[in-house]
Amino acid sequence: MLSQRRLERRPKARSLFDSAIITRAIADSFPKLDPRWQARNPVMFIVEVGAFVTLIFFARDLASHSQQTGFDLAISLWLWFTVLFANFAEAMAEGRGKAQAEFLRRSKSDTSAKLLGPDGTTVRTVAASALRKGDVVMVDAGDIVPADGDVIKGAATIDESAITGESAPVIRESGGDRSAVTGGTRVLSDQIVVRVTTNPGESFLDRMISLVEGAKRQKTPNEIALSILLAGLTIIFLIAVATLAPFSVYAGAHQTVTVLIALLVCLIPTTIGGLLSAIGIAGMDRVMQRNVLAMSGRAVEAAGDVDTLLLDKTGTITLGNRQAVEIVTAKAVAKNDAALAAYLSSLPDETPEGRSIVLLAQNSGVVSGDGVLPKDAIFVPFSAYTRMSGVDLPDGTQIRKGAPDAVLAWVRESGGAPSTELEGEVERIARAGGTPLLLARSKNVLGVIYLKDILKPNMTERFARLRAMGIRTVMITGDNPLTAAAIAKEAGVDDFLAQATPETKMDLIKREQASGRLVAMTGDGTNDAPALAQADVGVAMNSGTQAAKEAANMVDLDSDPTKLIEVVEIGKQLLMTRGALTTFSIANDVAKYFAILPAMFATAYPAMGVLNIMRLTTSQSAILSAVIFNALIIIALVPLALRGVKYTPRGANSVLFNNVMIYGVGGIIIPFVGIKLIDMMLAALHLT
Amino acid sequence: MTAIGWLQAVIYFLIILALTKPLGLYLVRVFEGGRTWLSPVIEPIEKLIYRLCGVRVDEEMPWYTYALAMLGFSLAGFAYLYVLLRTQQWLPFNPQHMPPMAPDLAWNTAVSFLTNTNWQFYSGENALSYLSQMAGLAWHNFVSAAVGIAIAVAVVRGVARTSAKTLGNFWVDLTRATLYVLLPISVVGGLLLVMQGVPQNLHAYQTVSSLEGFSQQITGGPMASQEVIKELGTNGGGFVGANSASPNENPTPFSNFFEMLLIFLIPAGLVYMYGKMVKDTRQGWAIFTAMSVIFAIGFTVAYWGEAGGNPLVHQLGVAGANLEGKELRFGAAASALFATVTTDTSCGAVNAALDSFMPLAGLVPLVNMQLGEIIFGGVGSGLYGMIVFVVLTVFIAGLMVGRTPEFLGKKIERREVQFAILAVLVTPVLCLVPTAVAVLVPQGLATLSNNGAHGFSEILYAFTSTNANNGSAFAGLGSNLFYNIATGVNMMFGRFSVAIPALALAGALAGKKASPMGAGTFTTHSPIFVGLLLGTIIIVGALTFLPADSLGPIVEHLQVLQGKTF
Repeated sequence: MLSQRRLERRPKARSLFDSAIITRAIADSFPKLDPRWQARNPVMFIVEVGAFVTLIFFARDLASHSQQTGFDLAISLWLWFTVLFANFAEAMAEGRGKAQAEFLRRSKSDTSAKLLGPDGTTVRTVAASALRKGDVVMVDAGDIVPADGDVIKGAATIDESAITGESAPVIRESGGDRSAVTGGTRVLSDQIVVRVTTNPGESFLDRMISLVEGAKRQKTPNEIALSILLAGLTIIFLIAVATLAPFSVYAGAHQTVTVLIALLVCLIPTTIGGLLSAIGIAGMDRVMQRNVLAMSGRAVEAAGDVDTLLLDKTGTITLGNRQAVEIVTAKAVAKNDAALAAYLSSLPDETPEGRSIVLLAQNSGVVSGDGVLPKDAIFVPFSAYTRMSGVDLPDGTQIRKGAPDAVLAWVRESGGAPSTELEGEVERIARAGGTPLLLARSKNVLGVIYLKDILKPNMTERFARLRAMGIRTVMITGDNPLTAAAIAKEAGVDDFLAQATPETKMDLIKREQASGRLVAMTGDGTNDAPALAQADVGVAMNSGTQAAKEAANMVDLDSDPTKLIEVVEIGKQLLMTRGALTTFSIANDVAKYFAILPAMFATAYPAMGVLNIMRLTTSQSAILSAVIFNALIIIALVPLALRGVKYTPRGANSVLFNNVMIYGVGGIIIPFVGIKLIDMMLAALHLT
Repeated sequence: MTAIGWLQAVIYFLIILALTKPLGLYLVRVFEGGRTWLSPVIEPIEKLIYRLCGVRVDEEMPWYTYALAMLGFSLAGFAYLYVLLRTQQWLPFNPQHMPPMAPDLAWNTAVSFLTNTNWQFYSGENALSYLSQMAGLAWHNFVSAAVGIAIAVAVVRGVARTSAKTLGNFWVDLTRATLYVLLPISVVGGLLLVMQGVPQNLHAYQTVSSLEGFSQQITGGPMASQEVIKELGTNGGGFVGANSASPNENPTPFSNFFEMLLIFLIPAGLVYMYGKMVKDTRQGWAIFTAMSVIFAIGFTVAYWGEAGGNPLVHQLGVAGANLEGKELRFGAAASALFATVTTDTSCGAVNAALDSFMPLAGLVPLVNMQLGEIIFGGVGSGLYGMIVFVVLTVFIAGLMVGRTPEFLGKKIERREVQFAILAVLVTPVLCLVPTAVAVLVPQGLATLSNNGAHGFSEILYAFTSTNANNGSAFAGLGSNLFYNIATGVNMMFGRFSVAIPALALAGALAGKKASPMGAGTFTTHSPIFVGLLLGTIIIVGALTFLPADSLGPIVEHLQVLQGKTF
């Protein structure tokens, strides 16, 4: 019995601060206290060690009834909070992914498969988990596709909502670029034969689960570089604080270990150290919420670095359909005559272009046709070989429309002697970015039909945005250079590659990379696969072939080529967030020095009181306030770390200026205010 | 503070500014192998040296070979100087019959000169033969400066080149730096100093009867020749113990001004050379601006501190600037300027007793050195130290524009960050750790002449100065076995553990492709970048030392205000 389980649609984004996610993140913060987990992050590891050591000192105080007991306990508790807050940030970032992974796991539940025998007719029912690469299975309407594979026979409509969250069914058919099916989706109509392409555990769904869960998350190159910087700064401050112990002994201002640890924790970059992994996970998560599956964090990061964006013209820049906008008639031909011929030849033509010609002819008023061809008329469909289409009417009249050179050749073949009078028109249309279709009847050329590429709405603004970000856009098209140039100009892309073949596309990518640029592209066909692999960021459409999906480092589940632009923005946001919080973290140190240093030496050197510019109540309240500020700022910045800093596409210098003002200068000022407020609160509550 | 005092500093800076570009262009010629107007005279000598030493001019070296050659050359130079100092009693040009230097002091002195530090735990006039001065110390004054220039040139090449494996030939850079840059200026400068009255002879010291009728010994020797390279090569080791405060080394206000010019001359020219070699002079001027800003702040604080005078002295009815420990022919302004200039660079020559500066004015030299000698800095070492900070700044701030940070089109990634942070790490470790040891062990406190915060400043200053390869001293700290060895080790690491990571960084940068600059990459010559660079230098470079400084000069300053003395 095959599984007839109803498919659930994969839920789209939950709110970032869903209460269920928060509750779970709080619970998840505690197991992460495990020192083995913390050791991955030297900054927070130091904080945890500090928290532990201060706890021991607190215990010693308890035993000796020291006056320091309360203070040591307070510092220790806030250090533990600091670590927990960082853990919480990471758990929050993982929250949405975990929820989604759980859902995906459910849709992976047991299915069975109809395995085809080697003879191609015998069918055996096996568990889906028993399928291996190369097995051939049959999937009927209502069945769940048991594994990832390629359709090798038949065509079917498939409901992919379990994976993509989109309820509109898609068509998958053997051959061509729409042959890939994904395990866990359901066939709605017809029957297909599928060759399995993955082994159990390696399927798209499996990969998706581990990706959204972040289970195999590896540090990205930039994250590693930043970690090295943070570790270096931590060592520097460790030395500065450790040597302060003998210095203060010399100065006769003995410092307790608790105070020194408090100073150390305040100086090391805990803000960025605590939020670093959350920023990375949240970046991946934001990509996922856009329904793009990034195979690694590295890919998202690389997206932020992209210099050149290769965009396919059709489907990305223009709507797939070209529309007829004008019929230019030859001098000797009556306008109505040409329009009628165009109308007749297009009536049986079901392509959007064909329908738009019918519409144009009707709207022009010259044709009052009823939409029915004379009986026995024979439709000659378009083929890549003839590059034209048309009708053969019962009276022997043949009408053809198509690529100008092909139609001219046909006219000559039929014994006509076409004039060159329309050459100018053909060129004008091509130059304007349109597609000229030459229209001919028997031995005569009647006119030219102007098919216009229709730009997708808002593309020009998007390209302007990209240009402001410093990204060059290159349009890839099979059109001739003239047409390509015109569309490129209209759309506002920076460059174009006309008459593109997989080879020229590959060459372009390599050329760009050789000059030090990072290239991103989208693709769906098998012949896109090498280019997708070569590009630094390759986004495959989920509707595309298995080969394309494997070569790419991202898969867009919505199969929307313009999504690439959003991914680039997310990548940039990710890097910006890291930079902003690093700057903020380092800038914070200024105020902390002014809080803690006078407090440490006020007893030995009363003159140092002058440096207590915040006028903090007591030495202990000053140190405690700095530590509390240091912990709370992590929590305060969690939303920023998860959402990313506000991104506006502008030139780098202006972005830099703004962020330096907010996170650099702001990072110097804010802690002065924050520490003072906390100190006032501690004083008001008589906690000092 | 007086108008004349300020005018002196402003004129000084304007002259440096005017000389920066011409010298920079000359340096570009020298290190890109072009012909200069001195080539007809120098080229035959240069070729002869290459032939004698078997140097193949066209043979380029990757960074590690360059670093090894540099290390090998430096260590051989150490051995040579050590042996010379230990055997000077048997060698010629020793009219004063100087005995051999003690082993630990000879170690300290040899390291000191090979690392361009010129920390002196001895007084030249009582310890060294003329041969040791001329063939030993002066030799190192030239070549240690040339080594610094060579490393800087190699690092600049690393920044400038793309997809390259090599940084140049150490032996060629060393030779050309000496022959084309240091020697010609030294010859002219030395003659100028002789004109001002600096001795240049090989006689024994003269014994004369003074006007008061006392018998006095006047030191002589080949001073002018050593004085000029002492400043030009930012070495700073005086022929006599009193250094540039001595009327023999620095007789007139003009010689004083001229010596200060010599100190900034090459470091400033190198900055322009950097801009020119990376094919964007704005890059050089941006660094120049950042350096100038810190220089201006330093001078202002030092001059303000000194001109303001000592409140405790004022209470005694003596108004005016703090003139304790100063040469009256220079006064407060020229002394503050000299102290700032000599510690901005790794020179360390002094014309006044820094120990007697007001605490805040004394803080200026200390902070200058703690920044890592990058405000113009030592010849060469200042530039490569600054480039390390530029890389760090690019990385920290650059992320904020939403791209992997790029420095002149090259991505700053793991390796670059690693080497940059390694170079920056050295200063605090080598400065703070030995200071901590010194205040803990009895040997560290044994030779300290002051106690309390001032005594702490003296120890901190000693290790800061040796670590920064500056060599100026706060005085008050005597030589003993502990300090001879500890400061020696400190100087050695202070030099090489910055230079080697800097070369490695250059090697990593040289191998990179440069992506074209676009709207998405921020420029490293804009005012905002200069501001960021200053922020990074101050927050990452200086704040590390704030706890230590606050127990030294800062608390001292606050205590003086309250009437405490040491």
